[in-house]
Amino acid sequence: MSPPLVQTYDLKKAFGTHQVLRGITTSINEKEVVVVIGPSGGGKSTFLRCLNRLTEPTSGDVFFEGKKITGPGVDINKVRAQMGMVFQAFNLFMHLSARKNITLPLMKVKGMTEAQANAVTAQVLKRVGLEEKADSYPGLLSGGQQQRVAIARALAMNPKLMLFDEPTSALDPELIGEVLDVIKELAYGGMTMIIVTHEMGFARDVADRVLFIDQGVISEEGAPDDFFSHPQNDRTKQFLRRLFVEERARDIIPPPAGQPSP
Amino acid sequence: MDITANGGFSVFNPEILTLYFKATLNTIAISAFAIVIGFSLGIGAGLARVSKNPLVRLPATAYVYVIRGTPLLVQLFLWFFGLAIVSGGALALEPIYAAIIAVGVHSGAYQAEIIRGGVNSIPKGQMEAARATGMNQRQSMRYVVLPQALRLSLPPLANEFVIVIKDSSLAYAVSVAEITFVSYQLNGKYFEPFQIFLFAAFLYFCLTLVTGYLMRGVEKKYRIPGYGEHE
Repeated sequence: MSPPLVQTYDLKKAFGTHQVLRGITTSINEKEVVVVIGPSGGGKSTFLRCLNRLTEPTSGDVFFEGKKITGPGVDINKVRAQMGMVFQAFNLFMHLSARKNITLPLMKVKGMTEAQANAVTAQVLKRVGLEEKADSYPGLLSGGQQQRVAIARALAMNPKLMLFDEPTSALDPELIGEVLDVIKELAYGGMTMIIVTHEMGFARDVADRVLFIDQGVISEEGAPDDFFSHPQNDRTKQFLRRLFVEERARDIIPPPAGQPSP
Repeated sequence: MDITANGGFSVFNPEILTLYFKATLNTIAISAFAIVIGFSLGIGAGLARVSKNPLVRLPATAYVYVIRGTPLLVQLFLWFFGLAIVSGGALALEPIYAAIIAVGVHSGAYQAEIIRGGVNSIPKGQMEAARATGMNQRQSMRYVVLPQALRLSLPPLANEFVIVIKDSSLAYAVSVAEITFVSYQLNGKYFEPFQIFLFAAFLYFCLTLVTGYLMRGVEKKYRIPGYGEHE
């Protein structure tokens, strides 16, 4: 059996005296879709950002394809080129058209010629349904379109892993669907992904495994059906209850025994 | 030729205009070269000022503080007289070169601060997104952060370029035949201060007006669609 694509061992991160991650040990297999949920401030985003060292862990290790990528002497840029990342705030390069946003890393990191990069760009833009927006600047695109371009930019690098840091949290509700659809397509296409999200219905649809990160540790994990239907941990239950809108909660969490289903 | 003939001194006398034409060329030369030097130093020192490496950052900080903290006229004298004396005459600069260097190095310190401000006002997410694709620090700065920072810096840079043009007048102190020096000389000879210095002011105003206009054009050219320029 091949080793897990990503492993973390006792990952810890402190900002000053504030301990955000208190030791996260987990592994993610190839083609696995892992959804990370949990209360804000619990360490979800920090965990994700430690995986490509945008945030430098205080201690602990990260392994990618069996190789340690934390510590000195690692060419982190090479590793990052194989991990796509999508941010909550999209972070498209504002001064570049959608096309140039995608071709820039292809040319600078992968050393492609402009023609090669343009060909790849046309493919990935088509994949996210925005081929006609290639020449638009980010400021003229809707939030949903910007995020789809950001996903295309990450995909263009042909990554082995995609990291999503609350990709829909900055979007107007009516634009969330188009972004989630693109991410679902990727999941069904076999992309390995780690997704931090608050979209529980989406999590249930797309996840192979759900991690509940709270107070800097994975306090519960499991297959989505088990996780959402039979949460074990009290804090998980509390969190899920609070998060769901009544009616959606009724869809996913069975009512307490003895009460009729509405 | 007696230029005071036919009703007294006039700056519109052809001979005087020729003098002013040459003087204006000198003012333009000092300003243009000083702006180029200042911009190069400004980008270098501005980026050095945001570096994490203290060996890069501290010299740039020292440059900004020393230049900003001392008068330009004193700096000009140091470049012109001081350098010649310290080097035993080997580095005795022509007055116009001393003026170009003094004004350019001076402006560089201010431009460095403008660039630093520009870089610092680009959201962190831009650098992070660039780094996340695998671009290194240098590439991310050059292709993502700096192009945006420079756009933001254009209005204050236009300001600074206008100041350079006006600062070039200090070159009169080392006898460079630019607008102020020529005016000073003419006034000594004909004692028509109002007319002469009003004309000098007019020439400077024309130069700064054109500069402002050109910079506005640059701003428009590099405007990011969908950003800035409140209607």
